[in-house]
Amino acid sequence: MQKSLHIDPGKCTGCRQCEMACSYEHTGTFNTSDSRIKIFEFHHEGRNVPYTCTQCAEAWCLNACPVEAIKVDVLTGAKVVSESVCVGCKVCTIACPFGTINYKQETGKVQKCDLCGGDPACARECPTGAITFVDADWTGLERMRQWAQKTDTQAQV
Amino acid sequence: MALARKLLRVNLTKGTCVEEPVNQDWVRQFLGQRGLATKYLASEIDPKIDALSPENKLIFTVGPLTGTMAATGGRYSVVTKGPLTNAIACGNSGGYFGNELRSAGWDMVIFEGRSPTPVYLFVENEKAQLLPADEFWGKSVWETEGGLKRKHQDPQIRVSCIGRAGENQVLFAGIVNDLHRAAGRSGVGAVMGSKNLKAFAVRGTMGVSSIADPKAFMAAVKAGKKVLADNPVTGQGLPKYGTQVLMNVINEMGASPTRNHQDVQFEGARKISGEAMHEKRETDGKTHLVTNQACFGCTIACGRISRIDETHFSVNTKPEYWGASGGLEYEAAWAFGNANGIDDLEALQYCNLLCNEEGFDPISFGATVGAVMELYELGVITKEEIGFEAPFGSAEALCKLAELTARGEGFGKILGQGSKRLCEKYGRPDLSMTVKGQEFPAYDGRALQGMGLAYATSNRGACHLRGYMVSPEVLGIPVKLDPQATEGKPEMLKAFQDATAVVDSTGLCLFTTFAWNLNDIQPQIQAACEGDWSMESLLAMGERIWNLEREFNLAAGITGKDDTLPPRLLNEPCKTGPQAGMVAQLGKMLPEYYQLRGWNAEGVPTSETRTRLGL
Repeated sequence: MQKSLHIDPGKCTGCRQCEMACSYEHTGTFNTSDSRIKIFEFHHEGRNVPYTCTQCAEAWCLNACPVEAIKVDVLTGAKVVSESVCVGCKVCTIACPFGTINYKQETGKVQKCDLCGGDPACARECPTGAITFVDADWTGLERMRQWAQKTDTQAQV
Repeated sequence: MALARKLLRVNLTKGTCVEEPVNQDWVRQFLGQRGLATKYLASEIDPKIDALSPENKLIFTVGPLTGTMAATGGRYSVVTKGPLTNAIACGNSGGYFGNELRSAGWDMVIFEGRSPTPVYLFVENEKAQLLPADEFWGKSVWETEGGLKRKHQDPQIRVSCIGRAGENQVLFAGIVNDLHRAAGRSGVGAVMGSKNLKAFAVRGTMGVSSIADPKAFMAAVKAGKKVLADNPVTGQGLPKYGTQVLMNVINEMGASPTRNHQDVQFEGARKISGEAMHEKRETDGKTHLVTNQACFGCTIACGRISRIDETHFSVNTKPEYWGASGGLEYEAAWAFGNANGIDDLEALQYCNLLCNEEGFDPISFGATVGAVMELYELGVITKEEIGFEAPFGSAEALCKLAELTARGEGFGKILGQGSKRLCEKYGRPDLSMTVKGQEFPAYDGRALQGMGLAYATSNRGACHLRGYMVSPEVLGIPVKLDPQATEGKPEMLKAFQDATAVVDSTGLCLFTTFAWNLNDIQPQIQAACEGDWSMESLLAMGERIWNLEREFNLAAGITGKDDTLPPRLLNEPCKTGPQAGMVAQLGKMLPEYYQLRGWNAEGVPTSETRTRLGL
């Protein structure tokens, strides 16, 4: 069974623990610039929104890559960049409709979310449950449950 | 050491930016942020200088846990000599600026001299430039932040800057970052303005990689986060109500200074409380509060984001204020509200927005308005002088006074000098509710004896963030103390003052201490930093910092005689509530406090104390 990152922006406080956790997991450094997940603040709406790769089933980045540097991790379903193969051409950054694969000046390669091999640090460290890692078939489960709770039908006696 | 070990010295007179190593002997004695910057300031300036002269220096500084995953590890401080108090000034702020500065690789930036023309400092990692700020001078904090991001075509730049209040050298002007977080008190913004320094913009992409023991650090951080999450104050009260959780609590305790400290309970408190911010308005059916917001790295998230009522008289023709923005914290709500007998939540929020937009301290502003309103009611200040009627309870007067102060126009010029100078000007210094020139925050020093002592002895004038005796006297943290008792207060206060100096030197937020004590913080520092950071060494460091600040103030000409409270607090008893009849019994506590501190009867550290602390 595969799992997906599930994001509930309504719960995000903008604390950046996810960005720190992501950078620490991948680089051993606390550096939000190295994070594959980003928080966007819409100040005048009072909203913070975490955003990262959704691991498209048919991934634009993977299909666009001319050197087949992006492969599917069969265990997690993540689309993973192989740094040793990537030539830094950035075609994938043009192909991705969501902007969630990005070029890094320091490495000369692209980077994106790889689901941390199946235990995403961002979800682990999020203090409010705005980022969770749930059954990929049931990302809507919690929202369904909330609406289900609002139905006022009583069980028939 | 977890710090990057380099500082940037910016000479505004010459227009130079020079890198220097950080003095490692001082790091071992003072750790970082408040402690270390105070050591630099005390070593580099004559404490007697005019705070607004080019001889003063302005230091921006982070702590060893700033920019790390430690919960609340995003703080920075601004340290200088304060023009409001002529004492040491140290403003501490959250938001995201502190992390950005740390991520750019700098532990400290020291501004010295005065630029001949308006400038801003732009730091991109190791590259630092002073650039012309003519296009931003005369602009608000909000316009400046937006303008800098547009100019450099980089929305990820973080900006700390002054608004028109700092430019006009309002003596309680603050420095604002991320639109609504501020190094707010003692007039640090006026110092920035006096240097013709409009803004400090920074983009840091290097991160923090020098944690001494990463594995131990992550374990300590995880344990700390759990304590915060499980604690009812940091886990529930603060996220839901913010610091405004205190409005009704303090008022019911009879400890809420009202109408310039004439009363200790405000009949309108409920209407401006954290609870009221959750209630739907009659006008538009919306709640005042939109959401809570965290600063960088914070797992508490006490910040308030509010939306003002568009139909309110203060903003009904000003759509620029209609969006959500930084909302009322307890101190601001109290200072605009209780201090002036005003229960109009929307008017308070308008003043709060002006404070953020133009960069001035809501506590000192609101408390000074309290003095104005009392003097107005006494007939000492007339309607003609102010330009309009200004009795207690007038939300209209409050809003107009905020506008005049922000713009430095008319009566706002006098108000912008603060309560002490204003009351002296009108021949009633007794009505200034200040210590060492700085206005009281939101707790009455008669109702809470320990807070009275804390105010009298605070190194930056009246302040709740230098020894928060509200914790034991109201909240029972870490133990419940009788607010009316004087016994045991000097000892507890000393411990709080020293521990607070430690927290302010780490990069962490003081609010963690609603749940944490130093035992929770020590493992995080020890794992992050090389060297000995045992409890013993940290406690000694806190005491060292406190005494260093004290010595700075003594050298500036502030003496033990200034460790006092206004006559109203010493002589006029609380009229109502559980503390009715109480006055501040400072004389019963101060000698014991001096003795515990190792100071002589004049409040001067003895040579034994100085030697013991390595000063």
